[in-house]
Amino acid sequence: MASLRADAPQSPWRSLANAVTDALGAALLALGLAVPILALRTEQNISNELILQPRWGYVAIAVAGTFAARLGYLLLRSPKRQPRRVKSAVPNSWREIAARSLAVVGLGLLALYPLIALALTGKAGAIKWIDNFGIQIMIYIMLGWGLNIVVGLAGLLDLGYVAFYAVGAYSSALLAQNFGLSFWICLPLAGILAAFWGILLGFPVLRLRGDYLAIVTLAFGEIIRLILINWVPVTGGYAGISGIPRPTLLGLPFNASEEGFAAFFHLEFSPVHRAIFLFYVILALALLTNWVTLRLRRLPIGRAWEALREDEIACRSLGINTTTTKLTAFAIGAGFGGFAGAFFAARQGFISPESFTFMESAIVLAIVVLGGMGSQIGVAIAAVAMIGGTEILRELDWLRRIFGPDFEPTQYRMLLFGLAMVLVMIWKPRGLIAFRMPSIFLSERRRVRADLVQEGHG
Amino acid sequence: MEYLLQQVINGVTLGSIYGLIAIGYTMVFGIIGMVNFAHGDVFMLSTFIALIFLLALTQTLGFGSLALALLIVLLLGMLLTSLWAWAIERLAYRPLRGSFRLAPLISAIGMSIFLSNLVQVTQGPRNKPVPSSLETVLTLREGENYVVTLSYKQLLIVGVTVLLLGAFWYLVQNTALGRAQRACEQDRRMASLLGIDVDRTISLTFVIGAALAAVAGLLFMIYYGVVSFSDGFVPGVKAFTAAVLGGIGSLPGAVLGGLLIGLIETLWSAYFSIDYKDVATFSILAITLVFLPSGLLGKPEVEKV
Repeated sequence: MASLRADAPQSPWRSLANAVTDALGAALLALGLAVPILALRTEQNISNELILQPRWGYVAIAVAGTFAARLGYLLLRSPKRQPRRVKSAVPNSWREIAARSLAVVGLGLLALYPLIALALTGKAGAIKWIDNFGIQIMIYIMLGWGLNIVVGLAGLLDLGYVAFYAVGAYSSALLAQNFGLSFWICLPLAGILAAFWGILLGFPVLRLRGDYLAIVTLAFGEIIRLILINWVPVTGGYAGISGIPRPTLLGLPFNASEEGFAAFFHLEFSPVHRAIFLFYVILALALLTNWVTLRLRRLPIGRAWEALREDEIACRSLGINTTTTKLTAFAIGAGFGGFAGAFFAARQGFISPESFTFMESAIVLAIVVLGGMGSQIGVAIAAVAMIGGTEILRELDWLRRIFGPDFEPTQYRMLLFGLAMVLVMIWKPRGLIAFRMPSIFLSERRRVRADLVQEGHG
Repeated sequence: MEYLLQQVINGVTLGSIYGLIAIGYTMVFGIIGMVNFAHGDVFMLSTFIALIFLLALTQTLGFGSLALALLIVLLLGMLLTSLWAWAIERLAYRPLRGSFRLAPLISAIGMSIFLSNLVQVTQGPRNKPVPSSLETVLTLREGENYVVTLSYKQLLIVGVTVLLLGAFWYLVQNTALGRAQRACEQDRRMASLLGIDVDRTISLTFVIGAALAAVAGLLFMIYYGVVSFSDGFVPGVKAFTAAVLGGIGSLPGAVLGGLLIGLIETLWSAYFSIDYKDVATFSILAITLVFLPSGLLGKPEVEKV
């Protein structure tokens, strides 16, 4: 693929010819990639033998689409701009006000979200919007904020975060089932147990960094999942644990019984009450995570985390105890993962190892990275975009009208997710909110430019 | 005794496949210091490419000679898998060179998710049983109550692996490309100052890794007789473990590591518990990285400030 040279002066015809050649190359590449994986589908026939089902139409669409996209990109892209050196006219304080008001507006929207959904879609429709969208997104925001402590603040790349989520979920489910404890007692216990596991798994990896650390944490996450699958007497194996008690509001269960929430407040029973209640529980938990993180950043330990992220060797030379610094980051991050896990178990009422695969770790990590590591609001935005975006695929019925009745948008969910991860990395490698506000400063609080932010170094 | 011998034979076969995949990890890590997380899924993709071509040749075109068909499948599979790896490197990794350290890893994780889901969407989520081939079995030794066998498949796998490793070793040690690769491994900037096209060398590294993964993919398909879109992750992690165990960046290390992992996995399943065989591999991965980060044959890394 010969790319167009923008610097040499060219006649328009020549550049058009070049663009067409280039696009033809791209189309040829697409053809090579699409054959045979797209062109021939392996299907089992009645006698269980594999037969090939040709689908050259799709290949033609893919090739033509690539050609058109590449040609369009080459012809329509703006000529390379000089990197801007002009300082932004907006003073920093204004931006800070803007960022702060964004946070306040976002918080207000979150707090009012269930009521808005209720008002717009009615009781029956609101459950889907509150449960599938609201609660789902809030769980991932909370996980993202929890992982942000480990990855964003302390700079320790953790690919096994889902292990702590699983520890939280299973410990709260097992405590509830075997000892009959209520959700509100299980929740802190699950967090403490998960934090304990964070320390336990943190110890061996203290001297690892970067990619190696990532791979070892991935291995730990997988080991925990495999134990959950195979330790059938305790965890139930693939069948998982069901019948986990639902959370109650000060002892009021959300059911249709006499002493239920609806009866107590003389309301008509509706499952939406529980959804709204759960939404506020997870909102409170997520905000707790956020608040603790923001406060910790001002404590010596938070500063030590950030110093560790920037340069471990310098950190150690200055006398910071890197062992405790790393272990506290692992423990606190894992603890919040455990809280989220306990909430997840109580919300679903059923857990199985299926929910704690590596894919979940990858999704949470993607949210943290796409949000701009270390930025709380960035993580929230990324979670809304990624989880909300993939959930919304379930709702796209009009696509079915275009592509025929067999078209199932949800099966493209993870495909688009993976693609989005790659594209965002190329487009904005440092995430959506790339700049950073320093936690401590001399006289004026100035944002650190994105190209000076160097995390994941150590 | 016979049982042990049989397990060793099986372990070496499995280890050959892991070794072939591990080379892709170890070369890429050696040259750009990145864990190519999508490599396992490139391997999975190659099993599907091999399956589709095998079906096309034997069913649609009615090839009589299985050996010829397998040879054509092997060559086509290597070609197309290399094309995929080239395109992935070009589109997903090259723009991130010189970006912050975790960016390529995250892009690779995204690519891995993309590839496995692409195959799931285009080929369907079910396991694909492969038409059986090469079922002949040699009896090596008959014990009192256990017969040690060696199948043609196993012979083929070990034979192809040895042959390819020889060719590959020659390529890295004695050709201009191999020299360029080793130069880039040591110092990319200096190599480019001396007139080596670094981008091209890196692309070729990906291509070679993918071609070997494609060989492994065909062998894996023949050996297990079933392929699935989710087959990329676990063999990928195991091959990565092999690369780490042997010393990442070292080619003989990758093969040695592959053989060791294959042996450990088979012996563990045979004598302890088959349910926990993946736990064994993952534990080895963690233990090696923590206690022996440079592996068996790798060079220790010294960090300069």
